[in-house]
Amino acid sequence: MLEQALNGLQFGLMLFLLASGLTLVFGIMDMINLAHGALYMVGAFLAAWLVQLTQSFLSGVLLAVGLTAVVGMLLEATLLRTLYARDHLSQVLATFALILIINDSVRMIWGSDLALSAPQALSGPVQLLPGLLYPSYRLVIIAVGLAIALLLFVLVTRTRMGAWVRAGASNREMAMAMGINIKVLFTGVFGLGAALCAVAGAMLGPLLAVQVGMGENILILAFVVIVIGGIGSVWGAFVGAILVGFVDTMGRTLLPHLFREIFSPQFASAAGPAVASILVYVLMAVVLFVRPQGLFSGRS
Amino acid sequence: MNRETPPWLWTLLLALAIALPLVLHARGQDYYISMISRMMIYGIAACSLNLILGFGGLVSFGHAAFVGIGAYAVGIMITEGVTSGWLNFAVAMGVSALAAAVIGAISLRTRGVYFIMITLAFAQMIYYLVNSIKAYGGDEGLNIKSRSNFGMGLDLKNDLTFYFVVLLVLVLTLVIISRMMKSRFGRVILAIRDDDTRVDAIGFPAYTYKWVLFIIAGTLGGLAGALMVNHQNYVSPNLMHWTQSGTLMIMVILGGVGTLSGGLWGALVLLILEDLIAEYTVYWQFYIGWFLLAVVLLAPRGLSSLFNRPKKLETKANA
Repeated sequence: MLEQALNGLQFGLMLFLLASGLTLVFGIMDMINLAHGALYMVGAFLAAWLVQLTQSFLSGVLLAVGLTAVVGMLLEATLLRTLYARDHLSQVLATFALILIINDSVRMIWGSDLALSAPQALSGPVQLLPGLLYPSYRLVIIAVGLAIALLLFVLVTRTRMGAWVRAGASNREMAMAMGINIKVLFTGVFGLGAALCAVAGAMLGPLLAVQVGMGENILILAFVVIVIGGIGSVWGAFVGAILVGFVDTMGRTLLPHLFREIFSPQFASAAGPAVASILVYVLMAVVLFVRPQGLFSGRS
Repeated sequence: MNRETPPWLWTLLLALAIALPLVLHARGQDYYISMISRMMIYGIAACSLNLILGFGGLVSFGHAAFVGIGAYAVGIMITEGVTSGWLNFAVAMGVSALAAAVIGAISLRTRGVYFIMITLAFAQMIYYLVNSIKAYGGDEGLNIKSRSNFGMGLDLKNDLTFYFVVLLVLVLTLVIISRMMKSRFGRVILAIRDDDTRVDAIGFPAYTYKWVLFIIAGTLGGLAGALMVNHQNYVSPNLMHWTQSGTLMIMVILGGVGTLSGGLWGALVLLILEDLIAEYTVYWQFYIGWFLLAVVLLAPRGLSSLFNRPKKLETKANA
C-alpha cells in the first residue's frame, strides 16, 4: 500500500518534469507542442548512448540533459518560433510532422531501442520501515524529482526570470509592452523544458523501455496533467501531476481489489483493469466539465 | 467557396473511378483495386472529420474513436455470426452516433484548446477500454472470418464488388455533406463557426446545432470504420490510437480545411505518398514528416490552395 503510494509519487514527479515545460510553452505562447514527447524520447536515447559511452550513469545523464536542451533550443529558434502566430491546427500538423521526423531520425541513428539500466550501486532495495523494502533507484527518482520541482519553484516564484515567465504566461502582450524580450525568454524556456524532458526520459529509462514511440503515450498524460492543473501554471502542473500519478498507480492496484469485493470475480477481473486505465481521463473530463480553466489557471 | 472542385471535374473523376477498377481487373492487377478502396475509405473518414473541423470550426482530436467504434461494432457482430451487411452497417452507424451524442454533449460545453483536449481524453478512454476487452482480442485486435454480406449478390468478399460499394458510399457521403452545407442547417453551422454568440442572439440554439453536426460527423466516421474492418479483415485498438486521430486531421489539413472534398484529396495524397516512399525506404515517416512541414510552412491553407488561388484575400473570419 505504502509502496504503491511511493510509486504513484515517483511517477507523478516524472510527469511533472514533462508537464512543467509543456504548460509554460502552452501558457506563454498558446502553442500546442505535440513534439514534447519526442524530446523526452531523444533525452532517453541520448542518455542510454552516453551512459554506455562514458561508463558513468551520472555524467551520461548530465550530458544528455545538456544536449537535449540544445536540441530543444535549436528546434525553437528554427521552426517552432514561426508557429506561435498560427492557429492550433497548423501547430498540430507541424509538431505531428516533427514527431514523424524525430522518430525516424532516432531509428536511423540508434535503432528502435537501446538498453539503459540503473547504476549498479542503486540496483538493490532499501529498508524504509520494518517490513517495507523499496527499490533504491526509485527513491533516487523521487529525490531528484522533488529537488528539481523545488528548484523550479524557486526559479519561477523568486527570480527575475521567473517573474518574466509568469508575466508572459499571464498576459503576453502586456509583458512585451513592459520591455521583456519574449523571443529570447522563450528560447530559454523551451530549452529548460527540453532539459526537464531529458531528465524524465533518462530517469524513467531503466524502469520503462528506451524505445521509439515511448514519448507518444506519456505526452497525452502530460497534456492531461496540464489541463487538470490549469494551462500556464507550474504549481497547477505539480498538483495535477501528483494527482494523475496517484490516481493512475493506486487505481491500477486498488480498483481490481475493490471490484472483487462488490462484483463477481469474472466481472471484476475484466472490468477492474479497464476502469483503472481510463481513470485519469475520467478525472480530466470531470475537471474540464466542472472547472474548464483547470484547478489553478495561469492566465489572467 | 472558390476552392471547391468544379462539377465537370467531378464527372470526369467519377467516370475514371468507375472505369479504373475494370481496367485493373482485366489486367489482373486486383491488388491496386484493394489499395484504392482503402484510400477512399480513409477519404470518407477524413471528409467526416472535415465536417466538424472545417465547417464547424471545432478542432476534434478524437475522431479515430468513432471510426474504431464502427469497426469494432461490425467486427464483434461478425465474430458472433451476424454477417448481414445491412444490419452490420446500421448498428455500426447507430453505435457511433450514440457515442458521438454522449461525447459531443459533454465536450461541446468547452471551447478552444479545452475542446481539443476533452475530445482527446474521450478517445483515449475508448482506446483503453477496447484494449482491455479480452473477449474480443484485447490489445491484439480482432480477426474476422468473413465479410459483411448485403445479399443480392453484394458480398464484400469480392474485391471488385467491395470497391464499388466503397465508391457508392463515398459519393453518397459527399452528396449528403454538400446538400447539408447548402441547406439552412449548413448556413447556421457556418455562421456559428464565425461567431456563435451572435447566432445564439439571433435565436438559433448554437449548442444544439453543433451537437447535431458532431453526431453526423461521428456517424459517418463509424460508417468509414465499418468499411475499414471489412477491408482489412481485422480491427485492433491501434485504429483508435491518438496518432490515428492526428493522421485524419493531417489528411483534412492537407486537402483543405472546410472544403467538401478536402478530406478525400488529403487522404489520397498522404496514402499514395506513403506507399510510394515505403517502396524505397523503411524510413518513409521521415520523408512524410518533411513533406508535411513543407506544407505547413509553404501552403498553410492546404494543397488545394496551391492550384486554386483564392480570388479575394481571405481573412480569418471568412476563412
